[in-house]
Amino acid sequence: MSTRIKRRSGAYYRAMRRVRQIALGCVTALLLFYVLFPYYWAIVSSTKQGAQLYESVLLPALDFRHYKELFRDANFATSIFNSLCVAISTTALSLGLGTLAAYALGRLNFPERRSLLLTVLMISIFPQVVVLSGMFELIRWFGLYNRVWSLVFAYLIFTLPFTTWVLTSFIREFPRELEEAAIMDGCSHWRILTSILLPLMGPALVSTGLLAFILAWNEFLFALTFTLTEGSRTVPVAIGLLAGNSRYEYPFGPIMAASVTVTLPLIALVLFFQRKIVAGLTAGAVKG
Amino acid sequence: MASVALRSVSKSFGHVPVINDVNLEIADGELVVFVGPSGCGKSTLLRLIAGLVPVGAGDVVIDGEVVTDIPASKRGIAFVFQSYALYPHMTIARNIGFALETLGLSRQEIDAKVAEVAVTLKIDHLLARRPRELSGGQRQRVAIGRALVRQPEVFLFDEPLSNLDSDLRMEMRMEIAKLHANLAATMIYVTHDQVEAMTLADRIVVLNKGCIEQIGTPQQLYHAPQNRFVAGFIGSPRMNFTAVSANVSGASCHLMGPGNLSLDVAITGPGVPAEIGVRPEALSIAAARQGKLTGTLERLEDLGHEHLAYVRIAPETAWSVRLPNSLARTALGTSIGLDWRFEDLFLFDKDGHRLDHSLSHERSAAANGALA
Amino acid sequence: MKTRLERREHRSGLLFVAPLIAVLILVAGWPLARTLYFSLTDAYLDDSANHVLVGFSNFVEVAGDPVWWRAVRNTLIFTTISVAIETVLGLAIALLVHQAIPGRGLVRAAILVPWAMPVVVSTKIWEWMLNDQFGVVNRAIVGLGFADHGVAWTANGSLLLGVVIFIDVWMTTPFMVLLILAGLQILPEEIFEAAEVDGIPWWKRLWSITLPLLAPTIGVAVLFRVLDALRMFDLAYVLAGANVNAMTMSIYARDRLINNQELGVGSAASTMVFLLIAFVAIFIVGALRLDRSGATER
Repeated sequence: MSTRIKRRSGAYYRAMRRVRQIALGCVTALLLFYVLFPYYWAIVSSTKQGAQLYESVLLPALDFRHYKELFRDANFATSIFNSLCVAISTTALSLGLGTLAAYALGRLNFPERRSLLLTVLMISIFPQVVVLSGMFELIRWFGLYNRVWSLVFAYLIFTLPFTTWVLTSFIREFPRELEEAAIMDGCSHWRILTSILLPLMGPALVSTGLLAFILAWNEFLFALTFTLTEGSRTVPVAIGLLAGNSRYEYPFGPIMAASVTVTLPLIALVLFFQRKIVAGLTAGAVKG
Repeated sequence: MASVALRSVSKSFGHVPVINDVNLEIADGELVVFVGPSGCGKSTLLRLIAGLVPVGAGDVVIDGEVVTDIPASKRGIAFVFQSYALYPHMTIARNIGFALETLGLSRQEIDAKVAEVAVTLKIDHLLARRPRELSGGQRQRVAIGRALVRQPEVFLFDEPLSNLDSDLRMEMRMEIAKLHANLAATMIYVTHDQVEAMTLADRIVVLNKGCIEQIGTPQQLYHAPQNRFVAGFIGSPRMNFTAVSANVSGASCHLMGPGNLSLDVAITGPGVPAEIGVRPEALSIAAARQGKLTGTLERLEDLGHEHLAYVRIAPETAWSVRLPNSLARTALGTSIGLDWRFEDLFLFDKDGHRLDHSLSHERSAAANGALA
Repeated sequence: MKTRLERREHRSGLLFVAPLIAVLILVAGWPLARTLYFSLTDAYLDDSANHVLVGFSNFVEVAGDPVWWRAVRNTLIFTTISVAIETVLGLAIALLVHQAIPGRGLVRAAILVPWAMPVVVSTKIWEWMLNDQFGVVNRAIVGLGFADHGVAWTANGSLLLGVVIFIDVWMTTPFMVLLILAGLQILPEEIFEAAEVDGIPWWKRLWSITLPLLAPTIGVAVLFRVLDALRMFDLAYVLAGANVNAMTMSIYARDRLINNQELGVGSAASTMVFLLIAFVAIFIVGALRLDRSGATER
C-alpha cells in the first residue's frame, strides 16, 4: 500500500538527461557569448582602420596601427603611469592601515569596536559626491589640485573602509588558539600581529589588495574632478575624455585600442587570481 | 515492498575507482548493513542505490525493475542522512510532511499522516518547532519521520547515529530495529560502527576499497570470516595476528612463529598458512611456557566488567587478551603464556584468504548449518 | 570594575585603530562636515572663502529645480530596474554555474571579465557596439531582418536610460552572481539531496528550499547593489554627459558644483543625495533585520 509514484521508462529519463545537458550547454554558450563578446569586439575593432571599422567583419583585421599610435602618445603613457602610481600607493596605504585596524577590530575586545565597525561600513556606502566639495577644498588647501597624489588621498575614503572590513572578516576566521599560545608566552599585540598573524595573512592580503587595486584603478568621479590637465589624468579619465573633432568623427578605433590595453592587465590579473578575488569579495559580504 | 539488487556496479570519481564490480542481492524486507573502514565506498554505494550519484557501469535493480537511469526522485526510496538534512527554515511538521505536498494530498490528509508518524516516533510535541531548537536525538527522529511518512519501498540510512552520543545511539538503534520489525520494509544501513552492524543486521556486507570482502550473517562474519580483512574488522578488540612460517608435509603442517610458537595443524584444503589469528576473547592466560605462545605482560586495563591485558610476543607485535577477572596479582613485565582452543585458531595464507583446518572447518560448517 | 588586563586590551585596541580613525576623519569626516556647512552658504568654487550663511535657501533652490527631480526620477528608475534585473539574472546564472555544467571553471572565470573592466571602458565599448550607424548591434538587427534600419540607441533621449540600465546589467550582474554563488556554496548539499530523494520537483525545491535559504545572501547583495546604484555617476556621465535623459543625482550635484561653480547649491544637492541614500539604507537594513528575526520567532 505504499504510495506508488508515477514514473516512466529508463530510456525516457536518459533522453531527458541528454536534452537537459544540451540545453544547459546552449545556455552556457549563450552566457559566455554575452559576457565575452563585447571585449572580443573591442579587440576586433581596435585592429581595424578607417572604413574597415564600419564593416561588420567579425574577425580582427590585425592592423596594429592604433596601438602604435597609442604608445607613441606621451599623454597616454603618462596616464597609465599615473594610474599605476595612484592604484599601487592607495592599495599599499589601505592594506597597511587596514591590517592594523582589522587586527584590533577582529581580535581585541574594546567597547568602541562595534560602533567603529559600523562607521567603517557606513563610510563605505557613502556616495562619493557627498564629500566632493569638502574634499575639493581640502585638496586645494594642501596644494594637491591637479596632482595625481590628490587621488591617493581621496581614494582612501573608499579603499580604506573596504580593506578594513574585508581584512576584519578574514582575521576573525583564523583560529584563536594561534594567538592564545603566544599570549601565554607573553607576546605583545604588536608581536602577535607581526610574527603570527601577518605571515598567515598572505592570501587574505592578496585578495583584498587586488580588489582595492581594481577599485582605485577604475575610479572615475574623483579622477575627473581633481585633475585638470592631460599630464595628470588617470587612464579612465583619459579614455573617457578621448574625443574626436565632431560626433561623426568619433575615434572609436583608438578608443578601443586604449580600452583593450588598459583592460588586458586587469583581466589577466583577475583570471590568474580568480579564486582569491572571489574569496575577498565574499568574505566581507556573505559572512559579514 | 521491494528487493534491491546491484549488478556489476562500478563507479569512479575522475580516475579514482570508488566502487569496483559490486554484485549484491537484497531480499524484500531484509535489513542489510554495509560496514567498512572510512573511504571503503560504503556511503557511495548507498548513494548509487538512491540515485544521488549516477553509476559508472552496471545496473541498480529495485523491485525487479532496472532503475539505473531513473532519477532519485522517482525511485520510491527514503534516505536518512548522517547530518539529518532537515530543512532549517521549516517547522518540524512541514519538514515531515513536505514530500507529501507534491502528491496531491489535501492539507488534512497530510496533517493526519504527519501526526500519526509523529506519535510513532514520540515527537508529536515538537511539531511546531524548528530543527535548530531540537536536540540531536530529536532531529534524528524527525529525519526518520520524514522517511516514514512516505511509506517508501526501501529505506536507506547513511550513518544515521554517528552524530549522537552513546546512550542516545543505543536508544535509536533499538528504535530502528523496532521499526524494521513493525514495517518489514527493506532497509539498507551504512555504518562504521560494528556494534550497530552486528545488532541490527540480517546480513552484513563488509566493504573494503570499493569491493565486497564478504556478505553474511553477523555470526558467519564473526565465526567464519573468509579472509584476514573481515577477521580483523569484525570483533572488538580486533583479532590478534602474527606471521608464521609453515612447514607442510602432506595434510599436516607445522607452524613456527614469534613467542616460541610451535604448532601442528591439519590443513583440509590447498594453501600454505602465512599468518595466524586468535580473537582476544578466545585467549586465556597460562603459566610461562605452558601455553601455545609466550610473551611479556605489558599493560593491564580494568574496564570494570572486563579486563584487557596486552602481551608482547615480539618486538613489533602485542596481543590483546580479554579476561573476565583481574590479573591483579601478575606483575607487569612478567613472562606469561597464552593459550586457546584449537577451534579458535584462524589460519590465513599469504593473500589473506582463510584456510580451513580440520577443527575450524567443522565448527564453521556447524555455524552455517545452524543459521541456514 | 575593569581588570588591568581589560584596560590594557582597551588601550592597545585604540592604538591599533588610531591611524584608521585619523585617516577617516581626514578623508571622510572633515569633507563631509565641510559639505554640510557649504550647503548652508552662498559660496562659489573659485573663491570659497568668501561666503555668508544663507540658511536652507540652497535646499529650497534644488527642490525647486525640475532638473533635480528629473535626476531623482532617473536614479530611482535606474536603481529599481537594474537591481531587479541583476538579481533575477544573477540568481539564474549562479544556479546555472552551481550545476555540473561542462566548462564550469571557464564560465566562472569569464563572468569576472565584465566586472573587472573599468566602467569607462565598458561604457565606451557598448557605446561603440550600440552606435546607430556602425554599431554591431544595429548591424545584427538589420542583418537578421528584425528591423529595416538601426535603432538610435544612444542618440534617442527616450532610450538613453534603458541603455544605461542595459550596460549596468552587463557590468554588475557578475557581482551578483559571485555573491549568490558563494551563498549557494555554503548551503548544505544534503538538504537538497534529501529533497530530491523525497521526490520534490525542481521548481518546488527552488521555491521552497533554495530561495528561502538564500534570502539573507540575496538581501545583502541587493543592499550593496542598491546603495551602489543610487550613487551611480560614471556610466551615465561617460555615455551622455549631463544629458537630462540619463542624468543621475550624482551627476546633477557634480554639475552644479564643478561646472556651475555653485559650491553652496552643489553641496546642498550632495547633502540631499546623502540623506536619500541613508534613508534607503536604513529602510533596507531594517527590512532585512525584520525578516531575519521574524524567521527565528515563528
